Amino acid sequence: MTLHDRVAAVGALMIRVVRSFGRAGLFFADLIVHMPAALRRFSLVVRQVHAIGNRSLVIILSSGLAVGFVLALQMYYALVPYGATESLGQIVNLSLVRELGPVVTALLFAGRAGTSLTAEIGLMKAGEQLAAMEMMAVDPRSRVLAPRFVAGVISMPLLAILFSAVGILGAWVVGVLLIGLDSGNFWSLMQTRVDVWRDVGNGVVKSFAFGVVCTAVALYQGFVTEATPEGVAYATTRTVVVSSLSVLAIDFMLTALMFSTP
Amino acid sequence: MNQDTLIEIDHVTFGYDASRTILDDISLAFARGKVTAILGGSGCGKTTLLRLIGGMAAANRGRVVFDGELVDARNRSRLLVQRRRMGMLFQFGALFTDLTVFDNVAFPLREHSGLSESMIHDIVMMKLQAVGLRGAADLRIAEVSGGMARRVALARAIALDPELIMYDEPFAGLDLISMGVAANLIRKLNDATGATSLVVSHDVPECMAISDHVILLGNGGRIVAQGTPADLMASSDPETRQFVRGEPDGPIKFHYPARALAEDFGVDPVGGPA
Repeated sequence: MTLHDRVAAVGALMIRVVRSFGRAGLFFADLIVHMPAALRRFSLVVRQVHAIGNRSLVIILSSGLAVGFVLALQMYYALVPYGATESLGQIVNLSLVRELGPVVTALLFAGRAGTSLTAEIGLMKAGEQLAAMEMMAVDPRSRVLAPRFVAGVISMPLLAILFSAVGILGAWVVGVLLIGLDSGNFWSLMQTRVDVWRDVGNGVVKSFAFGVVCTAVALYQGFVTEATPEGVAYATTRTVVVSSLSVLAIDFMLTALMFSTP
Repeated sequence: MNQDTLIEIDHVTFGYDASRTILDDISLAFARGKVTAILGGSGCGKTTLLRLIGGMAAANRGRVVFDGELVDARNRSRLLVQRRRMGMLFQFGALFTDLTVFDNVAFPLREHSGLSESMIHDIVMMKLQAVGLRGAADLRIAEVSGGMARRVALARAIALDPELIMYDEPFAGLDLISMGVAANLIRKLNDATGATSLVVSHDVPECMAISDHVILLGNGGRIVAQGTPADLMASSDPETRQFVRGEPDGPIKFHYPARALAEDFGVDPVGGPA
């Protein structure tokens, strides 16, 4: 391969990358433009909230509980040397509502609901269902994509709140029932040191942002997938990878913006 | 454009990429109220032609005109209006697998008609009766056979009584009884509603029996012949004769272009090992 060929290959790669970003941007703009159409037929959104949100409950709640158990144990062992075990409730709460709740929920959402959305849209494309809809003068962006997008954006913060709530209950079970910490201390420190707007509110804002990203990525990957079994399989994998990395990157940026002052 | 012409294909050239031309500078006119069959071998651009008429793809050159209006894949709002006057039966049905047979046929009615549910129920049952599937209304799509799915798709395509009905391989996968029923149905629907029908198919006898006009497309996206079914059956053109009679030898090659057989098998053309 000559130098000229290598430069040409790098150039072609860059053009492909820029083009794919452009396509994704236009797709996202399309979703936003078609959101009002989805909201006008809210029954479609409700059906998708059930499919995306309700069916993710088991994995979200069980993971939240497990994270709460483990977090309480680890924090207890870390706090014992400092004689600060009464702060367990506060620390677990802050960890969950600020970080773990939104982030872990988003990662689980990408794996459970995101892949399901990608596969569904990809198979609809492969089976020409989207083309058939277009030929029936029904815009799939309004009828199929936008309701799923709105449902994902609604579901994610609700799931993250449930994840954190169940995680806190799990920490209470470990800290109070198993280890024997004082229940009053556990709850009262949490109430005085955790701010509803700064801590819980910012966590909800984060999960909202993750909902937008994870759902848009899942729908986009399904929409642009090659209409073959391999194409759909590859698209679902890409959904998990792109969503997870995006969530982690956005989390760092949002944390830096939201909690820059103590 | 002639008043009797519903669709005009005007010097259209199309290819999915620059290296391969599917349709090459073709011009056609589809008469209003007639059944036109578009025949040709696999990959000759029959389905692509339907996609261009439906605005699902844009011609590289030339124009497609539907009832005096340009079909422009980039003008979505006009396209949606035009598509309300079209119905299309897809090659593999393209049914919504999360809905029942009834809901699939009701889908376009619920989206566009504004009719009450009781009216929609009656219309759907009439369409299902026409395709012989009234008793299957409550079945899920996964529960119906391939041939039944095709008939459900046909019922859905005619749900809104469109002016133009495009059938992409309507006879593929049907048993002989269903094929005969489907062919008669296409003809009867056309005559009863005054619609214009375009039937893309490989099935020469069925198409010849129900069509007013037949177009034969050849490889490389060109028109080989067109005329009445009787014209094509009596044609002396070797390519037309080979296709309508299904002869293995002739100008239409069965094999995809390839290197010499000896080269691929690594033997000397004379007979000995290479």
